[in-house]
Amino acid sequence: MLANQIGYYSLILGLLFSLFICFVSIKDFKNNNKSVSQNILNLTFLQLIFVVVSFLSLILSFINSDFSNETVFNNSHTSKPLFYKISGTWGNHEGSLLLWLLVLTLFIFLFLIKSREQPKKYRILTLLFQQIIIIGFFLFVLMTSNPFNYLFPIPIEGLGLNPILQDPALAIHPPILYLGYVGTSVIFSSSLAAVIQNYITKDWGEHIKKWVLVSWIFLTVGIMLGSIWAYYELGWGGFWFWDPVENVSLMPWLTLTALLHCIVILEKRGALKSWVIILSITTFTLSMCGTFLVRSGILNSVHTFANDPARGIFILIFLFFLIILSLGIFFVFNKENNENPNNFFWLSRETSILINNWFMMYFLSVVLIGTIYPIFLEVVSSEKISIGPPFYQKLIVPFLIPFLLFMSLGPRLKWIKSKIENKNSLIITFIVSVLLTFFIIKNLTTDLLFYTVLVSAAFFLFFTTLKEIFITRFNNVPQTIAHFGFSLLILSILFNSILSSEIITNIKIGEKYIYSKGEIFFKRIEEKKESNFNSIIAYFEIKDENGRIVKLKPEIRIYNQPIIITSEADIKMTLLEDKFLVMNLVKGKEYFNIRYQIKPFMIWIWISVLLLSAGGLMSVFKQKYEK
Amino acid sequence: MYGKKVKLRFLFLTLILGSVILTVFLILQSLKENVIYFQSPSEIKSSAELNKKKIRVGGMVKEESVFIDSKEVSFIITDFKNEINVVYSGAVPNLFAEGKGVVAEGFLKDNNYFLATKILAKHDENYMPPEVKEAIGDK
Repeated sequence: MLANQIGYYSLILGLLFSLFICFVSIKDFKNNNKSVSQNILNLTFLQLIFVVVSFLSLILSFINSDFSNETVFNNSHTSKPLFYKISGTWGNHEGSLLLWLLVLTLFIFLFLIKSREQPKKYRILTLLFQQIIIIGFFLFVLMTSNPFNYLFPIPIEGLGLNPILQDPALAIHPPILYLGYVGTSVIFSSSLAAVIQNYITKDWGEHIKKWVLVSWIFLTVGIMLGSIWAYYELGWGGFWFWDPVENVSLMPWLTLTALLHCIVILEKRGALKSWVIILSITTFTLSMCGTFLVRSGILNSVHTFANDPARGIFILIFLFFLIILSLGIFFVFNKENNENPNNFFWLSRETSILINNWFMMYFLSVVLIGTIYPIFLEVVSSEKISIGPPFYQKLIVPFLIPFLLFMSLGPRLKWIKSKIENKNSLIITFIVSVLLTFFIIKNLTTDLLFYTVLVSAAFFLFFTTLKEIFITRFNNVPQTIAHFGFSLLILSILFNSILSSEIITNIKIGEKYIYSKGEIFFKRIEEKKESNFNSIIAYFEIKDENGRIVKLKPEIRIYNQPIIITSEADIKMTLLEDKFLVMNLVKGKEYFNIRYQIKPFMIWIWISVLLLSAGGLMSVFKQKYEK
Repeated sequence: MYGKKVKLRFLFLTLILGSVILTVFLILQSLKENVIYFQSPSEIKSSAELNKKKIRVGGMVKEESVFIDSKEVSFIITDFKNEINVVYSGAVPNLFAEGKGVVAEGFLKDNNYFLATKILAKHDENYMPPEVKEAIGDK
């Protein structure tokens, strides 16, 4: 009750502070002082404290199961374990927006602390743009998605959190992802400020690169966590479904990756200024679209939009406002400098980074069109369609071949003008890759030629980066590690998809299912009662072709509040393969539907994504160290 | 004669323009092939031609219509005006049950018989795919 009031009023105070900060900043901007006034820093800090207090009081309401709060009532239940009461805070629309706001205010405060050597006017302008976004979010939260709505009479029990969200990976997935999304807001604000101040220089590139890297790391890890969750919780045994919700997180990742690469050109050569700005604007716009699309339910269909028109309209207006504002600033203030060193030889580091950017933009257009087109078509012709994974696979997979090849060669080139060095060793590496691939996959697939070329390209990148790490000791270790991680990722995904096998059958207790490569024995079931669910644990023994027996215990959970059945897959994870068994209940029938999958190299997919992010992390520290 | 710089810039622009056109063409082309249309049982009954492409059918699983044996699951999808028989062998999502909404993806054998290759999982029992909601009308 009290927490509710405190939370609500802190939010309003936070909004008032935004206006106050804007006012003081504009005054300070006109001032001739050398550095940003300490008052601004204090005010920003206070604003952060208000949002923290508001967020903590929402968490407190969740912990105390205070059902006079509508958000708590809708998303919590007394029988839920404490951990999920807390994570339920951001497992819903209102709470997750409050988390966004928290990260927004946190990041602008960090920005002010970390940018002390930067020009004063640039810092103030960044703060102002960030405050515009913050005000927008404050208004959005307070007007359409207030997390502190009061309910009377006070309900005795809450509606509960969707059990599928009661999961450790999904508890940390949103905060990590948001750190990535919101990090791009700082890039957005600061690039607009830099345009106005005509400060898009090598110095700015070096300074903003840290933010790009950090956002990119969080976004990468955030997407991975979501993917791991989908793998073991949704029971389909895959890790990426090209579902619109996944696509909207991939889109800002693609532009951010492009930005990450071309910010290096800006940092080292002072070129491609306009492109860097456009990418910064696009990345943030896509991040915001992502959060809103997922949270507002537009993605399932445009019809869900109509359920809460106020939210949808607010989102659209705010988005358009930001886009028009940023494009306006870009066109008015962006000056094309003639002395800028845009001339470089066709064979150079610059060209290779441009090629990377071309691929990123291509992948982006594929994902964007695949995600938006069904919504668009339904509005225009009211025809309902969906676009399946084949669309994305067909358009993306073939382009990976040149992409991987360029990725192997690009980093070896020098700035401005270069030639390919060590041609012989490259050719040898290439031949080894092709031969190795051919021997590995000649018996595995029907589409031999295509896969040989694709896997060879991946192996080529794998070996060239590996060689650089261990033999040549190339100076840019973080980049090599990240690229090595990417080659490992592609290899794991490819072998995983080529070698995976699955058995789906309906089976009764005590039955044995025999197939060509082994047998599945359904021994017995055991029922258990937990605080918020009943579970049916099944005991399976699976014999493979060599007679080895694996015991797997998939579980079906029947949650009581809300009443939802979920399947918990049982996975035996080894370095070489995952054995994955999931069981489903077909209501009221004696048969259980089971799905048994052997998924090779699954763990390497996660490891390689971690390597990719580790590369980013090392780059952040390397930058610090070199200073 | 144009200077070297102008020529380079021109080449660069042509390259970009060319690749943009190629990209759009490629995407639209494969969009055509990979679109899956959604139909309700009534729409299937009323169409004169049999759709040979992969489609999605949505509606309610009719009460008392689910039969299961070791190989397959069969059931009837209804939109309370028309119904269609569905045969499916594959993983069944947990929220699949009689009297609940369902979306099945697969191929029509004739306009009364649907061979499903996938039944879509739903994350929330109260959640009804908007297509299904529309197919069965406001109930």
